[in-house]
Amino acid sequence: MITYLAKRILMLIPLLFGITLITFAVIHLAPGEPVDMQISMSPKVSAEARQRIREFYGLDKPLHVQYVQWLGRMARLDFGRSFAPDNRPVTDKIAERIPITLSLNIVALILEFGLALPIGILAAVRRDTLLDKGITVFVFVGFAVPTFWLALLLMYFFGVKLGWLPISGIHSLGSDRLGPAAWFLDMMKHLVLPIGVMTFGSLAGLSRYMRSSMLEVIRQDYITTARAKGLPERTVILRHALRNALLPVITFLGFSLPGLIGGSVIFETIFAIPGMGQLFYQGVMMRDYPLIMGILVIGAFLTLIGNLLADICYSIADPRIRHGRT
Amino acid sequence: MRRWFRALLVLALAAPFLAACDGSAKPPSHLSRGPGKPACGDTLVEGTIGEPSNLIPILASDSASFDVAALVYNGLLKYDKNMNLVGDLAQSWEVSPDGLVITFHLRRGVKWHDGGDFTSRDVLYTYRVTIDPKTPTAYAEDFKQIKKAETPDPHTFRVTYGRPFAPALASWGMPILPAHLLEGKDITKSPLSRNPVGTGPYRFKEWIAGQKVVLESFHTYFEGRPFIDRYVYRIIPDPSTMYMELKAGGLDMMSLTPVQYKRQTETPEFTSRFNKYRYPSSTYVYLGYNLRNPLFTDKRVRRAITSAISKDEIIQGALLGMGQAAHGPYKPGAWQYNSTVKDFGFNPEKARTLLAEAGWKRGSDGMLVKDGRPFRFTVLTNQGNEQRLKTAQIIQQRLKKIGIDVKIRVLEWSSFITHFIDKRNFEAVILAWTITQDPDIYDVWHSTKTGPKELNFINFRNAEVDRLLEEGRRTFDREKRKKCYYRIQEILVEEQPYTFLYVPDALPVVSARFRGIEPAPAGISYNFIRWYVPKEEQVYK
Repeated sequence: MITYLAKRILMLIPLLFGITLITFAVIHLAPGEPVDMQISMSPKVSAEARQRIREFYGLDKPLHVQYVQWLGRMARLDFGRSFAPDNRPVTDKIAERIPITLSLNIVALILEFGLALPIGILAAVRRDTLLDKGITVFVFVGFAVPTFWLALLLMYFFGVKLGWLPISGIHSLGSDRLGPAAWFLDMMKHLVLPIGVMTFGSLAGLSRYMRSSMLEVIRQDYITTARAKGLPERTVILRHALRNALLPVITFLGFSLPGLIGGSVIFETIFAIPGMGQLFYQGVMMRDYPLIMGILVIGAFLTLIGNLLADICYSIADPRIRHGRT
Repeated sequence: MRRWFRALLVLALAAPFLAACDGSAKPPSHLSRGPGKPACGDTLVEGTIGEPSNLIPILASDSASFDVAALVYNGLLKYDKNMNLVGDLAQSWEVSPDGLVITFHLRRGVKWHDGGDFTSRDVLYTYRVTIDPKTPTAYAEDFKQIKKAETPDPHTFRVTYGRPFAPALASWGMPILPAHLLEGKDITKSPLSRNPVGTGPYRFKEWIAGQKVVLESFHTYFEGRPFIDRYVYRIIPDPSTMYMELKAGGLDMMSLTPVQYKRQTETPEFTSRFNKYRYPSSTYVYLGYNLRNPLFTDKRVRRAITSAISKDEIIQGALLGMGQAAHGPYKPGAWQYNSTVKDFGFNPEKARTLLAEAGWKRGSDGMLVKDGRPFRFTVLTNQGNEQRLKTAQIIQQRLKKIGIDVKIRVLEWSSFITHFIDKRNFEAVILAWTITQDPDIYDVWHSTKTGPKELNFINFRNAEVDRLLEEGRRTFDREKRKKCYYRIQEILVEEQPYTFLYVPDALPVVSARFRGIEPAPAGISYNFIRWYVPKEEQVYK
């Protein structure tokens, strides 16, 4: 087990290295430079000023030199300073945005699993009934409706027409003067719409997955046996069938891990939520290389960790993997 | 550098500002709700699409940063509501008869927000850091004309130019930075970029990344305490969301799109809660031709294209009428704007004649042909600007009618600039320039500015324009200066290196509880510190 783990962890190093090399190359292949955004179209920016800004960012050096320099800083865990005019450390910019994205995604993930699993089970148990068909239509509507459109309609209805829910942002003005409970309630109110829309859109995938997995298990002989010995249907489904049907779903959860730090640009833009999606999008649009690289490296690292965790879980569950092919 | 002023206008004051929170101000009378009594208090919440990038203004280039900086900092001079230069941190100033030396007499008793005294040392520092080659700023150009800067005493600042430089005065509208907090430090790493200290009417309170920037009124501001206690910029990246926030009461002020202005805000419910304003913005949109391209070297061809395009149709179609036709590079109504110069107007017949004179003949399919080659070109424009795309489509339709085949290509900004504009790799573009308050447009039109990455990217070369641009920068006398720029406008209309299209309108909307707003040529924000909300209507405590 220990050697297996060590091997897996050592494998991460060349992988991470490869990922940085490829992303660095791809980012620099995109036409344009950070300087372009800053000079935009003002009649007062001279060619010399532009050169000055390029030198400041080290963009006048050849690409491989830039990569080696970047790698050197990375080795010291220094992500560098953003190329945006604020010139702030990349870690600061990521750190102030990651909590909201992370908590939003975790809540949405919990809701997604909490809703999609029962829906999937129900659909499987009542296969081909009106309920099953209704559920199918419902989740696929959620999957197919453009989220931005749905979001705007709900914002208009609940925010402007009824005035029940706040429209955008995550806090009301003056919320910092509220007590902790009221402050939390205020934030929750702001998150109802974004999390609701997000969850609605993601129900289809998981619930269909759960449904088919459940159907497969229900067909097995041991379920028939369980029924034959007179167990109540409830026990058959929830105790015997569900446990086995859940196994593939748990790997599904493992794959969701890296997604937790990624935000959706469309979502965050519409609801004015200052998350990772917007940050990354702005970074790409202004060719903010250190920021893009920083986010991608963290993302890649999390993906690798997620895979590693999934592998470890497998190996615990299945000794054949742990001991290599024997 | 003149860009400062677009932002700085916000700062300007209205008339003598003696009124304070005691209600002695004479309220304006044009409001439907009744003026109410001026009172201190309340908060104005403005929506902004973009987040500011850096609150040390010489390091920023986005309008969101300038909007905030305009309330936090002052320049030595500023434009008043009628666009005349008046003193701001400078009480008065003198220009030597030869135009080479400018002496500023600084206002006494001005304090920085942290309590420090404002002196000529701050001005000197701001000048030095701007021209420092290590400072990554886009605004050093005007200050490089300075040969010598001195501070004879704490309240006098004197600059000497190598040659007379008329845009110099306007360039001193640049926000002055606090030397006592910045001198000897690396400005690019200064905490002031996210926590600025200025001399302006509002002091910085907090900035929550991606959410809001909060300013508080500076009670000892040298022009008097502003009425509105807090100014909050809420960052809302999506225009539809912003508009809903406005309607739901979460915002007090934003800029409307033409569609919102015309179609969605005409209900009595809306007009009773909000006041809409409309005035020309400081940009013009143009169709620019690459004059290196043989298609466009003939002046008659460019004139023909202008004649074939109906600017009014574009303004109706792309802006729903919220703009006016441009005939040159200045804003209608400005002193340098030559109102007698108009181009030839919409006239497809004339366009056909001109093209025929230039040797273009109609082929069998109705398209123009010369030496076996069809008249075909691509118009480039940047992504994310619906109005420019619509403009391009309307032009495409019009030119097709006279036999020119136009293709449209929309490009992401960064690649547009690097691969097409910088490499001069384009046939025609639809873009916009900011209209600066000072009429100096040397960098865009002078023939020496056609080098790589320089701004005369269409390669316009005209000896008379070159001479007039030189003369205009060297002349302080406004009447004489005006003659130079009047003539330049005549030449540009004659030559049509661009087809000047339109000046869009700015369309701000403000909650009706705010009083004291007096629209002027400078817009509405110039007297912000005199805006107020009557006590009984205040929303935020």
